[in-house]
Amino acid sequence: MADLKQKSQPTSGLLGRAVFAAALVAATASLASETLDPQALKRLVHQDCGSCHGLTLKGGLGPDLRADTISHYEVEGLKTIILDGMPDTAMPPWRPLMSEEEAEWVARYLLNPEITE
Amino acid sequence: MKSLALTLAAALFVSTAIAEPTATGDLGLIIERANGTVLLVDQSDRAALARIEGLGDLSHASLVYSPDERFAYVFGRDGGLTKVDIVTRTIANRVIQAGNAIGGAISDDGKLVAVSNYEPGGVRIFDADTLEMVLDIPTDSKTIGLVDAPGRRFVFTMWDTGETWIADMSGDTPNITKIPNMGDNPYDALITSNGRTYITGLFGEDGLTALDLWDENPQPIRVLPNYGRGQKEMPVYKMPHLEGWAHTGAEFVLPAVGHHEVLWIDGNTLTETGRTQTYGQPVFAMARPDGRHVWVNFAHPLNDTIQVIDSVSKEIIHEFKPGPAVLHMEFTPRGHEVWISVRDAGKVVIYDTHTFEKIREIDADSPSGIFFTARAHRTGL
Repeated sequence: MADLKQKSQPTSGLLGRAVFAAALVAATASLASETLDPQALKRLVHQDCGSCHGLTLKGGLGPDLRADTISHYEVEGLKTIILDGMPDTAMPPWRPLMSEEEAEWVARYLLNPEITE
Repeated sequence: MKSLALTLAAALFVSTAIAEPTATGDLGLIIERANGTVLLVDQSDRAALARIEGLGDLSHASLVYSPDERFAYVFGRDGGLTKVDIVTRTIANRVIQAGNAIGGAISDDGKLVAVSNYEPGGVRIFDADTLEMVLDIPTDSKTIGLVDAPGRRFVFTMWDTGETWIADMSGDTPNITKIPNMGDNPYDALITSNGRTYITGLFGEDGLTALDLWDENPQPIRVLPNYGRGQKEMPVYKMPHLEGWAHTGAEFVLPAVGHHEVLWIDGNTLTETGRTQTYGQPVFAMARPDGRHVWVNFAHPLNDTIQVIDSVSKEIIHEFKPGPAVLHMEFTPRGHEVWISVRDAGKVVIYDTHTFEKIREIDADSPSGIFFTARAHRTGL
């Protein structure tokens, strides 16, 4: 997934990331979608999130993440958990490895696995 | 005439089959995560022989072998327990024994197969012949670190409650010993090959906890408490594994959690003897069977690399990148070669462990765990 990071974060380091995140906020939806690689993100969800949540996301050491199970979550809430982790659990913050926009895509994908873009 | 020829051909086929029975001592199975298949491989020929299908969700799957090296018991994430006959290359039996499983073990006599479950939390023990359930041990916790121990025993640990239980199946009625206070969120465990020391790694605190199973009344022994003190802890994107414990003669080497290092521990005193800084957070630290080298792979996103550590100098002597998503390594029983699964390249790559040269690649579908039949004769594997 090193590719992912390079694709979505042309700048490196904390400052660069903050600048990039700020730039994303200002970005239009159409511009933003060009920076995402849904196939790579889908792979990340099933293969790497899947280390704890299961390849089919039905749960493992981490909880069940199937859409029906987590339907009470909002996109924003899931995105925050993905980026910052869950204190006192094994859920790590993914902020060092993905952008805000990628986290939002993952959150939307978890809530609606049918989406393709 | 035609029918005679057919009969003759059939007779020849049968006699050939009898003349060349399948020797399983150098075979192995590779878990193919994506589609619920296992690949039967020949370690001497460095070749894939057959693909066996229909094993369900094999993410994080593992397996153990029967003492005769004919059957593999495959533990799937979906709670499936599949008995694979590697001689006929078919599924001999399959049951869905729980909703969500994490691993298993086979008793020293080969008669019982135990499965460790997340949902419902606990351990279930099955007749190795029929796969009928012999005993259900609910633990009210996700259960990890299940191993076999000498004397028809199984040892396992609770992620949520930090207890280790020993299930003694040697008598007419099962006897369960519960050992509390093993530590905060144990994530995996190992047993030494002589069956004496059980060590569990902790996620919730820096440190490990050992039990001396030769003790009449085993008590938790703290190992390296606060090993990460003063260091910044890093996010853990993949739990390390302790199953592939590395015992290099006098020492163990174990992955640190949340740090880029492996920890060296004296096998007798269980005190620290050194650390080796590594490229990433280690997932497996596995000793070559002779113990001279330790091969380490790493967690996402640094999982394209392997480092080899010399167990005498504790220094890294070799580093290379087999490819994207290196998930598992398996040494040939005497250690001359190692098979490495590279998930995202769809390959298993075989290396010479002395020259580090690549010998061959075998195509496999999202390969993860590699298991040679020689494991049948080792405690804790």
